[in-house]
Amino acid sequence: MLRSLQIEPEKCTGCLQCEMACSYQAEGVFNPSKSRIKIFSFHEEGRFVPYTCTQCTEAWCMHACPVEAIVLNEATGAKEVIDDICVGCKVCTIACPFGTVNYNQDAGTVYKCDLCGGDPECAKACPTQAITYVDSDHGGLERMRAHAAQNLPQDSAQT
Amino acid sequence: MKHVIIGAGPSGVIAAETLRKVDPTSSIIMIGDEPEPPYSRMALPYYLINKIDESGTYLRKDAAHYGNKEIDVIRDRVSKIDTKSKCLSLKNNDKVDYDKLLIATGSHPVSPPIEGIGLPGIHSCWTLEDGRNIVNRAQPGANVILMGAGFIGCIILEALALRKVNLTVIEMGDRMVPRMMDQTAGNLIKDWCKKKGVAVHTSTRVDAIEKGSGDSLKVKLDNGEVLDADLVISATGVAANIQFLEGSGLETDFGVLVNDRLQSNIPDIYAAGDVCQGKDFSTGEYTVQAIQPTAADHGRIAAMNMSGKDTAHQGCVNMNVLDTMGLISSSYGLWMGVDGGESVHLCDNDRYRYISLQFEDDILVGAQALGLTQHVGVLRGLIQTKLKLGKWKNHLLKDPTRIMEAYLANTQAIGHNAGVI
Repeated sequence: MLRSLQIEPEKCTGCLQCEMACSYQAEGVFNPSKSRIKIFSFHEEGRFVPYTCTQCTEAWCMHACPVEAIVLNEATGAKEVIDDICVGCKVCTIACPFGTVNYNQDAGTVYKCDLCGGDPECAKACPTQAITYVDSDHGGLERMRAHAAQNLPQDSAQT
Repeated sequence: MKHVIIGAGPSGVIAAETLRKVDPTSSIIMIGDEPEPPYSRMALPYYLINKIDESGTYLRKDAAHYGNKEIDVIRDRVSKIDTKSKCLSLKNNDKVDYDKLLIATGSHPVSPPIEGIGLPGIHSCWTLEDGRNIVNRAQPGANVILMGAGFIGCIILEALALRKVNLTVIEMGDRMVPRMMDQTAGNLIKDWCKKKGVAVHTSTRVDAIEKGSGDSLKVKLDNGEVLDADLVISATGVAANIQFLEGSGLETDFGVLVNDRLQSNIPDIYAAGDVCQGKDFSTGEYTVQAIQPTAADHGRIAAMNMSGKDTAHQGCVNMNVLDTMGLISSSYGLWMGVDGGESVHLCDNDRYRYISLQFEDDILVGAQALGLTQHVGVLRGLIQTKLKLGKWKNHLLKDPTRIMEAYLANTQAIGHNAGVI
């Protein structure tokens, strides 16, 4: 069964354990700047939002790649960068409308979340279950509905 | 159904693959006039620095890919289209008939009208063959003159510099990449190149090129200077490959004119990629966007429509990313701004960092950045979803680097905003 990362920002304390775990898994160093998942801070509201690739169906990055360096892992649903094939042209970094494919200037290649091959370290490292790895069908439809309803203008929300 | 695609670049290949997916029983023929397997011009700069070999430029790595998908690849050039009998004439005199035809013939480098432009030692940088010629001539210590500091000129600078040649860039415009970046950014890129040892002349033209001693050339500039060159690279722009359509009845302007289904004035003929004058998301106008993401989108959408699955093209956002000797620049949409719009610029000259955002009301419509390699794609998301930024527009006017936060704050269930806890 396909699983995906479920992110619940309201549970995030901004501890950055996920970034450390991701960086260590992906690059072998504890360096949040190398993490595939990022915590964005909203200091005025005192909020934190973890965000990374959603492995979207449209796969803008994969379709924009001119050399077939981003491929679908059919077991996990992740779109994975093949480092040996990536030439570093960065077209995927501007094509991804979520901003979750980044360029590593030292390596000359791009990088993104690959779900750690099906056992994501960020979810394991998160002490508050703000990041969990769940059945894709679970999807959080109720949450999306509640959030969408809140954003509707008053009159249309009542109908 | 017999689908024929002219052109074996990204648009043609993606169209062929899409057709195979959505119209499994159709016959698909793709005609390309270069000898190599379909490859990516985007990858040529990396071939020039030996980061990849020739096969690294191939669009699809598996040699059996096209055969497996029953895509018949013909290596020839189409000389004529007879739209009445729905038949193509090839250069070797073969005929190929079609039910639906896709024109994805790309573009070609434009030769500037300069005396001596046909001399040996002057090359464009467009095909793998050009790449090989440049590699041969650009030996360490050679004098190399690059005409044009547009996208292609800039992206091959690094490859040339790494080959330890003496490099001079001549650009007509008043800055580098004038069609992609504004004054501030274009001049920062120029300063960056000069700091790296490249001579850059902007607002300068090449008047003529003459034979020098031996294999060398003499390049005369409009400021009176004469430069010696072992190699001249002409990178002064590209134009759509529409010459062969003359007399076919297909309407063309800068490219093949199409509607929002990428369909030409002749119903069974479609166009995609560099050769297609398609819809621009930002302006709603029909223009040629010779960029990889547009080629990919066009290829897919044209194929859907060719197979009878009616698919509207919403328009492509013009976008570019460029690496000029390690300085990374990007631009999106209406980066030059709009009348009555608002903008914000943040610049750090010493570190070659720059970001500029253009708004119309509270919607982002264009952007440019220098030195930004993280989360840059969200600029596309903000522009293409026409996300109403609300109070985040003011936050961005104060700190334009907070683009991800602006996106997240307006799209994610954040804290109590989630309304579910």
